[in-house]
Amino acid sequence: MAAHTSQSVAKAAGDDVEHGDVARGLSRRTGSGNRTGGNRTGGRGGLRRALATHWYAWAMVTPVVLVLGVIIGWPLVRGVYLSLTDANERNVSRTIGVRHIEATYEFVGLDNYAAVLSDPVFLQRLAWTVVWTVACVSITFTLGLALANMLNRDFKGRAAYRMALILPWAVPGFVSVFAWRFLFNRDNGILNKILDGGGISAVPWLDDPTWAKFAVITVNVWLGVPFMMVALLGGLQSIPGELYEAAEMDGASAWQRFRHITLPGLRAVSMTVILLSTIWTFNMFPVIFLLTRGGPGDSTEILVTQAFREAFITSPRDFAASATWGVLILALLMIFALVYRRSLRKQGEVW
Amino acid sequence: MRRGIAATALVAALALAATACGGDASDGKDAAGDNAGGELSGTVTWWDTSNDAEKASFQKIAEAFTAKHPKVTVKYVNVPYGDAQNKVKNAFSSGSDAPDVIRADVGWVADFASLQYLDEVPAETVKKVDAEFLPAAAASGKYEGKTYAVPQVIDTLGLFYNKKMLADAGVQPPTTLEEVKTAAAAIKAKTGKAGLYLRGDDSYWFLPLIYGEGGDLVDAKNKTVTVDNAAGVKAFKAARDLVSSGAALTNATDGWTNMQTAFKSGEAAMMINGPWAVADTYAGDQFKDKANLGVAPVPAGSVKAGSPQGGHDLAVYAGSKNTAAAHAFVAYMTSQEVQVQSAKELSLLPTRTAAYEQPDVKGSEMVQFFKPAVDKAVERAWIPENGSLFEPLKVEYTKAITGASTPEEAAKTAGAEFRKILKGWK
Repeated sequence: MAAHTSQSVAKAAGDDVEHGDVARGLSRRTGSGNRTGGNRTGGRGGLRRALATHWYAWAMVTPVVLVLGVIIGWPLVRGVYLSLTDANERNVSRTIGVRHIEATYEFVGLDNYAAVLSDPVFLQRLAWTVVWTVACVSITFTLGLALANMLNRDFKGRAAYRMALILPWAVPGFVSVFAWRFLFNRDNGILNKILDGGGISAVPWLDDPTWAKFAVITVNVWLGVPFMMVALLGGLQSIPGELYEAAEMDGASAWQRFRHITLPGLRAVSMTVILLSTIWTFNMFPVIFLLTRGGPGDSTEILVTQAFREAFITSPRDFAASATWGVLILALLMIFALVYRRSLRKQGEVW
Repeated sequence: MRRGIAATALVAALALAATACGGDASDGKDAAGDNAGGELSGTVTWWDTSNDAEKASFQKIAEAFTAKHPKVTVKYVNVPYGDAQNKVKNAFSSGSDAPDVIRADVGWVADFASLQYLDEVPAETVKKVDAEFLPAAAASGKYEGKTYAVPQVIDTLGLFYNKKMLADAGVQPPTTLEEVKTAAAAIKAKTGKAGLYLRGDDSYWFLPLIYGEGGDLVDAKNKTVTVDNAAGVKAFKAARDLVSSGAALTNATDGWTNMQTAFKSGEAAMMINGPWAVADTYAGDQFKDKANLGVAPVPAGSVKAGSPQGGHDLAVYAGSKNTAAAHAFVAYMTSQEVQVQSAKELSLLPTRTAAYEQPDVKGSEMVQFFKPAVDKAVERAWIPENGSLFEPLKVEYTKAITGASTPEEAAKTAGAEFRKILKGWK
């Protein structure tokens, strides 16, 4: 949820910055619908005219707004509210058969935030989440770029090869993760059997904190490469072939062509996929939870799995603390998205 | 905790989804007519947590309830033990597709009862529970003086050993952790296999270690957390020592599967486990001849030998639409006849005193071993937080046993986490 929310929030924020000044005129002229320009300028008359002129646009937008409000807006508001209370399993309202038990939790202000932020656990989780995200995104991007370049030429069996590379994406994530878990099993897993054949003693893939970190990153990279590859392949195919021909005529080497044509040509698409991939990886719950459950101990626990732990694994379930972690994750991703956009705009990139 | 096979979470989710989708089309009509005319009717949904080797037997027993009450349909759902506490809470708090009867670990009953999820056991059944059941088992179903659950099975941990492997190595079943280490060294030297498999991904296996050092997780009488005292530190040390000395194998994940595989295939000569593992163990290559499986009391630490009293109770959901049939089902499932049957088929220990006089129970070697062990087992404090302590303890136990943190750190952090759960305790 946080991922979607932060994306839309970031987008909305960005849109305002960019188009804020022209929005009023624009909405009336184009009737693009999702501007509230009429509201702002003309008061009641403007509103009526906006409705009269663009009623169909409003009608189109309403279902989306309603659905977003129900599936994102309401949980978000409720989550923020819960993070300001002391709600847990013992004091929330619940209905047991015919009996209804009223909620008795109270508003406690920012106590939860103070408690989470002053706990060293938060910094530990944040540090590993950042390492995990940076490692996953950079490795996935590099591999995806390499594979996309290799596939962006004609050779026999290209279609079959592409299919094989996209396969990890087609398999449901949790199935892949369970398969990896069997492979990684120290005593009975295939990986260690193969290593054993080569005379290498068993690697404690999921039993040692460092190896477990390596294992979760490996699986996430494996799952993430197809998306990167497909997106970048699309980007590659949109680069005009004449540029390469011209460069070749000028005597540019393969590396120079890659450096000065391919990379700039991929800029727009790569910036987008890196942002998306960062947000997804930051919140990649299934890989961590299904592979290691955050273990051994708590060494691979990231921020989202910690939020889950507070809400569902600890007992009594601590809904308030979980909501607090969730809001903090949202805040971190929003800050990241804004900073990222700003730094891109400075370099003259608009998307 | 104990039988968690995380990998089967998927299967459970699918099973639950299937039952949810299947819908309770008949419920509206059937469930309402519970005791009209003195005859029970409707549907009773039972969530059972028994493991893969046990579930077929329990399903058969549960469905046989229909023979006694033809108008009652029993819907049997197997929920893997590791996910059950969470799934039950989800179902009970929302009320949607909640089971009528659950099989609850003895550690969960007080928690569910304190959240008002459980229906009190009818008075006449309570009288029977108090008179005819083992007192230690009966105590697990009580919360604040009221009875919320009827004990189904009782258990404790023991040392399972492969008689042939021990004989080949020329060692006797060890009685202390020191002897475990010397026996393991002899087994390693003779057969190249590991001595002991000790689960590192489940803190229930920490209990015999801390009892062995004369400690306990908490002292409920004095409202004191004791996991971080000297005995607690020693227990974490003992766990790490077994693994770092090479005497024991362990894993931070998939412990149950790896333990059973290692012991059944003869990769490990001993393991610490309970009666619930007997049926599965007999299915292993090494135990085609059942006589090859031996069981001894858990090895003693530096102070004494001690293992936790565990088991499972059956409880009825307070929101059940069919409580009359549900309570009758619980009474049937805990009847002497059924207990004797599961003792015979699965080597599970009855909770009724008189059941131990039956020839089928007397004839079960495993029951004959475990009964005296259960009598000596350490009874845990039946506080609502009982089940809550295992998760933070698991994190620290896994860290300590795999060497990711020192025993002192592990004990200290576990103590701090316990005090967060047990507000106001020393």
